[in-house]
Amino acid sequence: MITLKINGLETRAEEGQTILDVAKFYGIEIPTLCYNEGLSRYGGCRLCLVQIGEEPRTKLVSSCTYPAEEGLVVRTDTKRVIEARKMMIELMLSLAPNSKIIQDLASKFGVKQVRFKIRNEECILCGLCVRMCAEQMDGRAIGFQNRGYKRKISTPFDIRSEECRLCGGCLYICPACQLRCQGPDADTAVCNACLTMDPTCLDYYDELQCWMYDVGRCGTCIREKPEKSKSKEKAQKSKQKEKNA
Amino acid sequence: MRKIKKIKTIKDLEQSIHSQIQARKSEKKPVLTVSAGTCGQARGSLKVIKSLEKAIKEQNLEDKVKIKVTGCHGFCEAEPNIIVQPINIFYQKVQPKDAKDITSETIINNKVIDQLLFTDLATGKKISSENNIPFYKKQRRIILGDNALIDPTDINDYLSIGGYRSLAKVLGSITPEKIIESIKQSGLRGRGGAGFPTGYKWEFARKTKGDTKYIICNADEGDPGAYMDRSLLEGNPHRVLEGMIIGAFAIGAGEGYIYVRDEYPLAVEHISLAISKAEEMGLLGKNILGTDFDFEVHIVKGAGAFVCGEETALIASVEGRVGEPRQRPPFPAVKGLWGKPTNINNVETWANIPLIIEKGAEWFSRIGTNGSKGTKIFSLVGKINNTGLVEVPMGITLREIIFDIGGGIPGGKDFKAVQTGGPSGGCIPKEMLDLPVDYESLTKAGSIMGSGGMIVMDENTCMVDVAKFFLNFLRDESCGKCISCREGTQRMWEIVTDIAEGKGKKGDLEFLEALAKATRDASMCGLGQTAANPVLSTIRHFRDEYEAHITDKKCPAGVCKELIQYSIIAENCTGCLACLKVCSQEAISGELKKVHVLDQSKCIKCGACYEACNFDAIKIE
Ligand SMILES: Cc1cc2nc3c(=O)[nH]c(=O)nc-3n(C[C@H](O)[C@H](O)[C@H](O)COP(=O)(O)O)c2cc1C
Ligand code: SF4
Ligand code: SF4
Ligand code: SF4
Ligand code: SF4
Ligand code: SF4
Ligand code: FES
Ligand code: FES
Repeated sequence: MITLKINGLETRAEEGQTILDVAKFYGIEIPTLCYNEGLSRYGGCRLCLVQIGEEPRTKLVSSCTYPAEEGLVVRTDTKRVIEARKMMIELMLSLAPNSKIIQDLASKFGVKQVRFKIRNEECILCGLCVRMCAEQMDGRAIGFQNRGYKRKISTPFDIRSEECRLCGGCLYICPACQLRCQGPDADTAVCNACLTMDPTCLDYYDELQCWMYDVGRCGTCIREKPEKSKSKEKAQKSKQKEKNA
Repeated sequence: MRKIKKIKTIKDLEQSIHSQIQARKSEKKPVLTVSAGTCGQARGSLKVIKSLEKAIKEQNLEDKVKIKVTGCHGFCEAEPNIIVQPINIFYQKVQPKDAKDITSETIINNKVIDQLLFTDLATGKKISSENNIPFYKKQRRIILGDNALIDPTDINDYLSIGGYRSLAKVLGSITPEKIIESIKQSGLRGRGGAGFPTGYKWEFARKTKGDTKYIICNADEGDPGAYMDRSLLEGNPHRVLEGMIIGAFAIGAGEGYIYVRDEYPLAVEHISLAISKAEEMGLLGKNILGTDFDFEVHIVKGAGAFVCGEETALIASVEGRVGEPRQRPPFPAVKGLWGKPTNINNVETWANIPLIIEKGAEWFSRIGTNGSKGTKIFSLVGKINNTGLVEVPMGITLREIIFDIGGGIPGGKDFKAVQTGGPSGGCIPKEMLDLPVDYESLTKAGSIMGSGGMIVMDENTCMVDVAKFFLNFLRDESCGKCISCREGTQRMWEIVTDIAEGKGKKGDLEFLEALAKATRDASMCGLGQTAANPVLSTIRHFRDEYEAHITDKKCPAGVCKELIQYSIIAENCTGCLACLKVCSQEAISGELKKVHVLDQSKCIKCGACYEACNFDAIKIE
């Protein structure tokens, strides 16, 4: 049995589990995109980033591939994680602005602009289709080609593959072509719309707890920010009294 | 070639080494040592050797002189060069036509040929021996130095400089634990990039449970312009092999792999030969020197992608899979080649091992600084007088390397910056010339040690252009798995290209910095994690230059084509027609002895006229 700390919570893990597996078990939310329970791990979208280690020696790793290790200290929502994750979403949006899944991620994590030139590739090279085809459909009809900025998904020799049975598995799982977002306007490539239809926050959440990572800005929180310092003082004073008594 | 006798015991090996050393000492014949590594051969050393052989035959000197063909000596500027031993005369830039003179004058008459000697640029004096040439003076060539002494294709020549003595010592009387302890004490850190302490790495691999373990020698050397590892494999392959055998013994590995790039045919040839000779001699194979230690070495040729130098990608490539990095942990020491515990080190790291065993950890740790021990080989290239391989003690300053050893900047130009650490290293400015060269200082300055690339840049270099160049390399070489690295390098390149073309806008630098940090933070392997260095270090040290491109739409160094203009200064122009003749666009018009005129609308800014004009009459702004 391995023990590790996630957001201050003592957690237990089995040998072979990843940080993501453990977090999911304990109900700690980490966003993912190229991860799918039924497929092997890939680690390409970098959305599931978490911070490991303790200051000053910390680094970000993808929780879907990083193994749970004894004594590991994990934080899922530090400023560094949030900033890197937002940049990943911005990069994905610039490649596939029509994807509803990516637009929803943008809304959820407060990505309000795309500063890159829009490329409309309709593919973020998450590799889900490749793994779906090979691991679930026993197809191996598609794969990655080239490296670096020339990388793409294709069939051998770029012609229709004999291996493909037209099962549609790849289409089904693709985050870029599965669901179309009608929202984005050409100039900004971000719609930021659908998500505000979710229920409003019923309590005050601080910077780390707010699931929009944008305390108060979305306009749906119903509670006022409590006076932090005063309530703390009060609590301390009452403790003091108890002791004295 | 003579058949090599199998050596069966440690004592026999010691004996052989002893007799080879004696044979070397008693050699009375003068020896002409010709450097013929890949660089030397490219500059014609093979032809020089042919004409030397011919001259020797013609003058009937076969019994009076020996030719020794060695690997690279490091001073590539002076190739092909010949060292005449034992009188220790250094001839540089030798041509085939010089062969006759060398044999008739130097060998027969013992006379030095003046015009083949090296001329000191600073004093104008001729220097006859290698040791007194400024290029060599401040170096400490504990590894590279042997290249000039031995014929890399002859195992006995390696024995004659005490080679394989460390192996005999280790197998005879040192336990694996003690070897590892001694490597730990020496403070040796990996020379392949990350600088991980070698002894500790060995310890991990030794302590991981498992019957089958592997070691790997990383000779992928993907940094453009770097060739330290090549020159070691070409010039002293047995030393790398000896290091590997000692390492395998310490770690408990039965098999080793050398992963070398396919573009290094001579290195492949020499290391292959070394392996087969060592096998014949009984230094590789079953029951080495009568002990129960078995070890064999295989060569794997790599296809040459930069990212294949990353250890997990390299392992994938050896296994025949696509060379893409994977998540670490598990580290190779736990789960490496074919899932077995594997220790991977760089060529230069391996080459340090026999030395540490021979001279002791204490001796080794006296060279260098607190955190960085020993020497490091750098390939000094770019705008520098003496290009070549330099081996220096850690902690030497950049100024010493560039000015004392490298001889400064050619053409009387000013030094501007030096780029260390390969494509994902950083640029260090003039103000930091006194920075000591060690792992920590370089990292603090925003660069890295990397595997030892060192590119010198003069005042005519534009730092935006430099960042663009390295980003272009990286966006091509990223394996493409992580969106942060694949798109990060691509987008950084796009933004920097825009800036270089005068399309930069306010806020670009801050955005670039944010993107660079995200690329560094979010990527899985070392490539993506360091890919931001060229951008971050140039912005950090040369922010003004970026701002000039963005705000004033000017390239201060006169490099970025979109931001410069060529024109003719009428007062200086003599009307010599030189520029007119070289211009491929017919953008220059004029008559002999009349001031010429340059038509901006036709000019493609190739710079040919600027190079051609002898009167400083063409200006770039
Ligand atoms: C993109 C990338 C390229 C690399 N290329 C090389 C290389 O060409 N040669 C090398 O020895 N190490 C290279 N490395 C470092 C290796 O991953 C590994 O750290 C090294 O071989 C370990 O040996 P050492 O401890 O002796 O340095 C590279 C690392 C990265 C991330
Ligand atoms: S449709 Fe073809 S390519 Fe797609 S998953 Fe099925 S077999 Fe593979
Ligand atoms: S096509 Fe879709 S599933 Fe396949 S890599 Fe691209 S984005 Fe991912
Ligand atoms: S950081 Fe770059 S090179 Fe390394 S695994 Fe990710 S995409 Fe590939
Ligand atoms: S820069 Fe090139 S194209 Fe322009 S005038 Fe000079 S030679 Fe002609
Ligand atoms: S080369 Fe120089 S001096 Fe000669 S014609 Fe051209 S500008 Fe004038
Ligand atoms: S979900 Fe982990 S990297 Fe994509
Ligand atoms: S939804 Fe809670 S702060 Fe916005």
